[in-house]
Amino acid sequence: MIEALQFDFMRNALMAGVLVSIACGVIGSFVVINRIVFISGGIAHAAYGGIGLGYFFGFNPVLGAILFSVASALAMGIVQRKTQQRTDTIIGVIWAIGMAIGIILVDLTEGYKTDLMSYLFGSILAVPFSDLLIMLALDSVIVILTVLFYKELLAISFDETFAKVMNVPVDAIYLTLMSLIALTVVMMMRVVGLIMVIALLTMPAAISSLFVKDMKKMMGLASLLGMVFTTSGLWLSYWLNLTSGATIILVAGATYLLSLTLQPLMRLTHSTAGIKRKAPQSALKRTKH
Amino acid sequence: MADTHPTDTLPEVISIQRLWAGYDHEPVLEDINLSVKALDFIGLIGPNGSGKTTFFKVLLGLLPASQGEVRIMGKSVIQGRRFIGYVPQHMECDRDFPISVWDVVQLGRLGRRRLLQRYTARDSEYVAKALHRVEMFSLRDRPIGQLSGGQRKRVYIARALATDPKILLLDEPLAGVDPHAETHIYELLKQLNEQVTILMISHDIGAIASCVKTVGCLNRRLYYHGEKQLTPEMIEMVYQCPVDLIAHGVPHRVFSLHNLSQEIKQ
Repeated sequence: MIEALQFDFMRNALMAGVLVSIACGVIGSFVVINRIVFISGGIAHAAYGGIGLGYFFGFNPVLGAILFSVASALAMGIVQRKTQQRTDTIIGVIWAIGMAIGIILVDLTEGYKTDLMSYLFGSILAVPFSDLLIMLALDSVIVILTVLFYKELLAISFDETFAKVMNVPVDAIYLTLMSLIALTVVMMMRVVGLIMVIALLTMPAAISSLFVKDMKKMMGLASLLGMVFTTSGLWLSYWLNLTSGATIILVAGATYLLSLTLQPLMRLTHSTAGIKRKAPQSALKRTKH
Repeated sequence: MADTHPTDTLPEVISIQRLWAGYDHEPVLEDINLSVKALDFIGLIGPNGSGKTTFFKVLLGLLPASQGEVRIMGKSVIQGRRFIGYVPQHMECDRDFPISVWDVVQLGRLGRRRLLQRYTARDSEYVAKALHRVEMFSLRDRPIGQLSGGQRKRVYIARALATDPKILLLDEPLAGVDPHAETHIYELLKQLNEQVTILMISHDIGAIASCVKTVGCLNRRLYYHGEKQLTPEMIEMVYQCPVDLIAHGVPHRVFSLHNLSQEIKQ
């Protein structure tokens, strides 16, 4: 299978997998602990409007997608925090409108556009080098912002009310997180397609949350898992001649289900260890009274 | 009576004048007036929906007052809330949330660090001190989700202490806590009260009696006279019906001086 590496598209695909995994590990962890997977789905679909925009006005559709996804992410964030509307309804509306704008604009664009399917269902084998550079830049932005605002991001995820009392600019941090989700979604859309963005954003983080109970470790493990899934999924799809995006997702999905069954066993051994460690503490308390 | 109270000579830490507050123009708090002196320990009781938690929200700047004025340490609420350590009622804690006891308590230092500033060694000292105070230091690396209800409550108290507060607001600190942990928390609060002013909401009238210095009743309006005794009139005004507050079969002998925590232990 090493011979596959002589193909440019395969090397690019593997690189894309690694780059996407870093973003999905970091941001996916925040998506999972904040329980905003549905918002990520909304952003992903609204981003399609930007792709249509790119086609229609003849600029790189990825840039259009970035524009649309960030705008829709901020809109959802503001709506969720500032109005009395039902959030999920608003997300559904933005989801549908973004998608519809994309389809109309693509309809209005003349010429060759088969490539569009690759945005819907992913085409990790068709990632050009220029997109790799965009992804690298986005990765850097995501990692740097997460490092800079880590304590605030953790604070609003864990206990927003307390963070507010601590004078953390809760709204600004939340909207930053929404923008980061949007950027991540755009990247992943290129690799696995809109439909499967939610899965790749969720599953590595969900699996890692089963095994580690520290946010930093969770992000690290999720990134690592993402790399394993994309790489092994690519090999599998090459070997079995299957659609690459779908294969990656199934590898991740199978691992997730396996982890769910394994995890109760892990927890069992964990909790017995915990009881042993706890014993001296309670003995101490008893002597005090 | 009021002029003989021991905290009277102490400075005022919270001043509330003609405070009205509520949601959607529906007042929940009506005409609240209160002056809290340093090192007081006020127990607040009142029926469900009486605005107890809303009252704390106003003090924390989470809900703006529609009328009236609140000053904390002589400052506006937003300026003054950094002197407040807050222990919330609901532990809306995701049991799988990937955060350790240490990191939760460290959130208490957030108010002292601006954006882009890292936690310092000094912050770690405060966190360690707070954890020792509630006897949770040995469990500092434990994920928060693996703690019992009582342990978690103590971690939240530690988080409030890590803010280095002048005032502690405790909203039902004993909800979901077993009796043993309960006495432990009350002992802790009494110790803390030597340096910190405390306002505590509780449903449990008997339990309040064992540690507070003064009692207030809230039912949209605040009935507070800076005394520990609850008058039958206050109780009736607040609950508008007889409540189960009979101590050992003697009606209205609610807050006598015997130590209730001893009874719980017996």
